[in-house]
Amino acid sequence: MRTVPGISSADFAAAVAEWQGAVGKEWVFTSDEDLDPYRDSYSPIRDEKTERHASAAVAPASVEEVQAVVRIANRRRIPLYPISTGRNLTYGGSAPVYSGSVILDLKRMNRILEVSEKNACALVEPGVSYFDLYRHIRENKLKLWIDCPDPGWGSPLGNALDHGAGYTNTPFRDHFDAHCGMEVVLADGEVLRTGMGALPGAQTWQQFKYGMGPIVDGLFAQSNFGVVTKMGFWLMPQPETALLATVAAPRYRDGVRFCDTLISLIYEDVLKSQTQVVSPVLMGPPDAELGPLLHRWDEGRESALDAYAQRKGLPFWTAPVALYGPQSVVRAQWAYVKERFSAITGATFSEDASYTFPLTDEQVGKVIDKTRLGIPNLAYFASRSAPDAPPLEGHMDFSPIVPMDGKVIVSALDLFAKACQELGINPLGGRPLFYHTRTATLIYAIPVGRDPAANKKAREAFAKLMDIGAAHGWGEYRIHPEFMDKGVGYYSFNNHALLRFQEKLKDAADPNGILSAGRYGIWPKHLRDTAR
Amino acid sequence: MSLRCLTLAGSLLLAGALAFGAQPTVSWKLFPDSASSQSAKAETGKVDFLNACAVCHAAEPDRPGTMSLQFKYAGRLPAALEQRTDLTSEIVTYYVRHGIAMMPSFRKTELSDAQVAAIAAYLSRKGK
Repeated sequence: MRTVPGISSADFAAAVAEWQGAVGKEWVFTSDEDLDPYRDSYSPIRDEKTERHASAAVAPASVEEVQAVVRIANRRRIPLYPISTGRNLTYGGSAPVYSGSVILDLKRMNRILEVSEKNACALVEPGVSYFDLYRHIRENKLKLWIDCPDPGWGSPLGNALDHGAGYTNTPFRDHFDAHCGMEVVLADGEVLRTGMGALPGAQTWQQFKYGMGPIVDGLFAQSNFGVVTKMGFWLMPQPETALLATVAAPRYRDGVRFCDTLISLIYEDVLKSQTQVVSPVLMGPPDAELGPLLHRWDEGRESALDAYAQRKGLPFWTAPVALYGPQSVVRAQWAYVKERFSAITGATFSEDASYTFPLTDEQVGKVIDKTRLGIPNLAYFASRSAPDAPPLEGHMDFSPIVPMDGKVIVSALDLFAKACQELGINPLGGRPLFYHTRTATLIYAIPVGRDPAANKKAREAFAKLMDIGAAHGWGEYRIHPEFMDKGVGYYSFNNHALLRFQEKLKDAADPNGILSAGRYGIWPKHLRDTAR
Repeated sequence: MSLRCLTLAGSLLLAGALAFGAQPTVSWKLFPDSASSQSAKAETGKVDFLNACAVCHAAEPDRPGTMSLQFKYAGRLPAALEQRTDLTSEIVTYYVRHGIAMMPSFRKTELSDAQVAAIAAYLSRKGK
């Protein structure tokens, strides 16, 4: 059996025996064989001394079993690390932040407790995946959409608690923003419900977020103050139609205006779905001719890149536009979008696909851009995407939040492109995504894998990019455990007053420090000076 | 996590998808078991495969596992696992529990030993 830091083997063995009594012997895992799948599959420190490992895993099937497991851990001061589906890959997966923690694996809690078509909402347990919820809605022919991120194997609850986002309209796309009501098991085993869930007999738990008094839901996201065992979500009513289209502009110098036009349409609520700025020139993959041009930073860069785009017949900037609603409304919105972008000389437009709902199974299968229609999939998880490409083994995402300002966005693209060249890395992506409602997120997926030397180089580059971003006031929205302390450390106003307040809360809500030690920089008192 | 930002993967995946589109061997459903036939239910391993693996490994256009193996094997072996005749139970079990490349490992709470054994038996069955 493995060991837990600071816990005697006898105490750990006694806890294991108690957990076996609480959840059943077959749902407590202690062997290396059973614990190996809990490693972070996309770890940037794989096989190194600092790789974070679980000491055991316990898998309850109900909130009562969660309470029992937590009480045992609290009494014996054994660190727990809750996961939902364990698919928060790129951000740590199913491995703990504090090595030696016991994984509280909530995958078996996979019940869809309610889906209301009338009120367009759902209540789910942690182990429910996007696939599960989509299947339930489709099998029951409900006129509802889910909003899902690229990987459908994740959990709506887990993704929301890590501030994940998707592709359809606001407010559904910002998954934490779309939640309404939680049930939480605290470190002492007590259960609380937030919002209207605190009012016995209330029938509006998934309709009214506030309840009465302070809103505490945010304390349970990107944190370690409790174990969320139920979570409500608002769902998007199935629209009558959808139009997937693209707008484009031809020249490098159009970038600022192109971004600002998108931003204006977002603020005006004409563009309610997620869009992003894509440059077929800047964001590759570069051919033999383009590669050297991208490394030019002299006065001739702009004209050389424009000439390349013209020769290849490529637009310099493009953005996907997804519009949902009654056909007449969608057509009017699209006409207005085109009118606004027509102010850019040479702007072009294409209608890529249109749909009338509901779709048949055959139609669903033919949808290429499934996430834009709330259809979960894993299409973007290919290890190999070209005949001679080396296999991708994982990645960690550098994802600074930048202001909604075209000038800032274009300058940030240049800044990070140049930095990546100097650091000798080739991250995938680098697109500004309008993910959350009023910011742009630049996401650079930095490959990691099984080569320790390459991982070390990736980590060093990641840290440097974080420093560059922070120097401009751009912090990350979400981060891998390897960089949680560093990422939180930038949010340092008034001598880290925010983190110090969170630590006070931690000490009060979890005095033994058993829940998710170190998650997003919040360490329990007994580890604060040593583990960070 | 967003992989939509992965320009290389995204743009080339579409090309791979189109290449696969010509010869689908399984009628398309995200979860074929949701309306599974009685015969499919009788084949536990097939049902588990369709539930847990097909979203990546079916012989369908946008399945990342199949596309990756198509590029890896370049015609030397079938890209779709159900069409392979060389798989052993041990190999299938190893990769389910340990993962490879972008495929993560699967825990017992996701797939029990019995389910993995059934999937392995289905993919390594003789006389395909």
